[in-house]
Amino acid sequence: MKKILAFIFAITLGVMIILSLSNNELFTDFGDTNHYDGISSGYITSEVGGDEEPALVPVNIVTGILVDYRGFDTLGEVTVLFVSSIGVALLLGVASPKRINLNFKPNFMLSVGSRALFGVMFLTGIYIVLHAKTSPGGSFPGGAMIASSILILYLSNDTFRTDVSKFKLGKSLAASGFVLVGLIGLLFTGEFLANFHPFIMDTILVLIAIDVAGGIVGIIDNFLTEERV
Amino acid sequence: MSEFLASLEFINYIEMVVSVLLVVLAIFTLTMKSLIKSVLFLSSLSMLSVVSFVLLKAPDVAITEAVIGSGLVTTLFVFTLLYVHQKERDVS
Repeated sequence: MKKILAFIFAITLGVMIILSLSNNELFTDFGDTNHYDGISSGYITSEVGGDEEPALVPVNIVTGILVDYRGFDTLGEVTVLFVSSIGVALLLGVASPKRINLNFKPNFMLSVGSRALFGVMFLTGIYIVLHAKTSPGGSFPGGAMIASSILILYLSNDTFRTDVSKFKLGKSLAASGFVLVGLIGLLFTGEFLANFHPFIMDTILVLIAIDVAGGIVGIIDNFLTEERV
Repeated sequence: MSEFLASLEFINYIEMVVSVLLVVLAIFTLTMKSLIKSVLFLSSLSMLSVVSFVLLKAPDVAITEAVIGSGLVTTLFVFTLLYVHQKERDVS
């Protein structure tokens, strides 16, 4: 009875959503929307062929908005990741860590295959970060890909642990380097995080990637270690 | 109905197959008795949603979904399940 009621409720909700969205002039068909009329026209015009110099304009508009216009919001996101990583370390961190014994021995295929896959994933992550201005992706997925390549190593060997202190150092340096880059913009042009040289955006992309990778690797290591007894 | 079918292109058929498979995989994810099978279906669900994101012309979202949805989340779930099994074995 409960299941039937839930099914009817879900169907009714779906029909209501479809009815309210179809033939609604606010929700046009896919591909027909003219984004140029909306609020994004301001971003697009000054981003692509606008009043900025061409060298400062990234081809990938998602990166352009994330790092240039919404740079301050991105700083907030980086701070959120930093603080959550510190919180996990505070809750789960121990004085003398060792790997949790999972009673899981990786076989030959898994350990060798993971080690082969590690290099490919690591290089792809670096590629995505460095080409964030021109190709899809960006520093958040690139950093997450670097972190998952480290996670693959954790899966391939049941005694493996990375040197987490280096990742933690990189994470902290990246988070403060982001603020430093913003202060450089404030110093030279009078605006925080001002994009006045192509080097600024490259630095910010690399710093975000280091922060994301360091944060995720730190969280994973905290999940997979316990107190040595 | 026949006019509607005639107006469809090849890419529309791919989109239809992907959407139906997404719903089927979501139902499998929810109804599987074994947790590890559920996690594997969740992983394949996010793999397939990568395809649908590419079809919807959102490559940035597709890359993020591929890395986080089917990479990190699946591995974390697998590690958690291994740990839970270990704890259960210790207790019993």
